[in-house]
Amino acid sequence: MADKIAVEGLNAWFGKTQALHDINMAVPENSITAIIGPSGCGKSTFIRCINRMHEEIRGAYSGGRVVLDGEDVYGSGVDPVLIRRRLGMVFQKPNPFPTMSIKENVVAGIILNRRLGRHEIDETAETYLKRAALWDEVKDQLNKPGISLSGGQQQRLCIARALAVEPEVLLADEPASALDPISTAKIEDLFTDLKERYTIVVVTHNMQQAARISDRTAFFLSGRLIEYGTTDKIFTNPSDKRTEDYITGRFG
Amino acid sequence: MKTDFRYIRRKVFGTMMLGLSLLAALAAVSMLFWILGYTFVKGISAVNLDFFTKLPTPVGVPGGGLANSIVGSIIVVGMAAMMAIPVGIATAIYLSEYGRGAFASTVRFVSDVLAGVPAIVAGIVAYALVVTRMHRFSAFSGSVSLALLMLPIIIRSSEEIFRTVPDTLREASFALGVPKWKTILSIVLKTASGGLVTGTILAIARVGGEAAPLLFTSFSNSFWNFNPGQPIATLPVDLFNYSISPYRDWQQKAWAAALVLVGMVLVLNISARLYLARKGFKRNG
Ligand SMILES: Nc1ncnc2c1ncn2[C@@H]1O[C@H](COP(=O)(O)OP(=O)(O)OP(=O)(O)O)[C@@H](O)[C@H]1O
Ligand SMILES: [Mg+2]
Repeated sequence: MADKIAVEGLNAWFGKTQALHDINMAVPENSITAIIGPSGCGKSTFIRCINRMHEEIRGAYSGGRVVLDGEDVYGSGVDPVLIRRRLGMVFQKPNPFPTMSIKENVVAGIILNRRLGRHEIDETAETYLKRAALWDEVKDQLNKPGISLSGGQQQRLCIARALAVEPEVLLADEPASALDPISTAKIEDLFTDLKERYTIVVVTHNMQQAARISDRTAFFLSGRLIEYGTTDKIFTNPSDKRTEDYITGRFG
Repeated sequence: MKTDFRYIRRKVFGTMMLGLSLLAALAAVSMLFWILGYTFVKGISAVNLDFFTKLPTPVGVPGGGLANSIVGSIIVVGMAAMMAIPVGIATAIYLSEYGRGAFASTVRFVSDVLAGVPAIVAGIVAYALVVTRMHRFSAFSGSVSLALLMLPIIIRSSEEIFRTVPDTLREASFALGVPKWKTILSIVLKTASGGLVTGTILAIARVGGEAAPLLFTSFSNSFWNFNPGQPIATLPVDLFNYSISPYRDWQQKAWAAALVLVGMVLVLNISARLYLARKGFKRNG
């Protein structure tokens, strides 16, 4: 498998505090990569550096390269706004736009950037709601507000919204941590399906979840990438003592 | 038991505090109702159809109304709103979405100072800026003075409302590859719109009753005027002029003007609340 993303010598700061130290990591195409590690170790910072959301925080900046299909996301002349359309993101807490209906939420990323006909809107909404495994549950209430849905449904709505922009990569920051077990299972199944079309990087605190859905796992500790390899290897035979301690629940 | 006693003491103390604060609230509210009631009783006898449709009559001639100053107030306040709303909301956007560092703090400070400036000072500024240059009193100069008063109110209320828009929505929009300016226009403004409308209506209601700054800007006028470059009658100024006149008939009209003014402010406040309530209801599904 070709590498979709190659992170090279990535450092990240919040003002004077350094949150990431020299991260090197390659993410293969059409795979799910899980990022694990104790709270505060820099998981969110890491995936937010990939789509250049990190720099939106006041005082936050980064150095190093994030290469997407051979092109440095941080290269001169790269517009962060445009690069984000190729690197979709789903957040920990579902955040549909409160003023928009379900349908409008799905197409929000498109209609905020260009005009779309009525017919196109309906078609696009249907396509991506189906892809996010939400269509059957909401097809009769497309004009209801997005925030009237349950938490799990809202999160799938946000996934549909992210997918509608047609990204190549989906970055998810603990997408199921605010959800009940049934909704979580739905999101996990969905990610496994989406792997065929997208490259997925998912942050999770849930070790079983990482083991269930991911092909590769990266273990972070205090802003450093401690170990990275196939999920099988990390969970059955980690090379680093700290990885083993974390996985077996001895700390974190 | 000891604990029981403490519990009872706390309970008694709590009830006493509740009683006291209730009493204070009652005093405040009854004062307000007394003012409203008094204005109503004194003014209602002179409020009739003529009051809303006729021009004022000369002293001693019975009848007539203040139609011109009702319309004049709407014109002056309307023009003030058209100046203050765009500038105020744009400033609030700057402060909440872009404003960092020294310049933003300065803007915020100036706006706070402006909010504390007495109304009559806004009048004299408008007098110096507009009246002395145009060499005459005008509806426009009155609007400028009211706009100066509205501006800090709108800036402050709008900035606060923009800050209630959760950052997660801005992030969601950025992550979709939407530029910042577009995010502000389409997500932040839209999400905040209910609060913005309410804040603006309240700002209008707040300055609509000002007489002091209008006394030497828009002045007064016994006839119809729709020209912003000419003096114009307004309810607060007529109220002032009529109430200090020695004529019973005019004093009566002053009470009527007061009643109509209070009525207009009341209507604005109620509509602001209704608007917010409806908006909130719709948003929750
Ligand atoms: N906005 C911020 N300003 C300053 N420091 C921050 C900010 N956000 C995060 N940090 C710091 O950066 C480090 C990494 O934070 P990050 O949010 O990436 O951790 P995380 O692994 O995602 O944790 P969690 O599992 O709790 O979400 C932490 O030490 C945190 O204190
Ligand atoms: Mg995190």
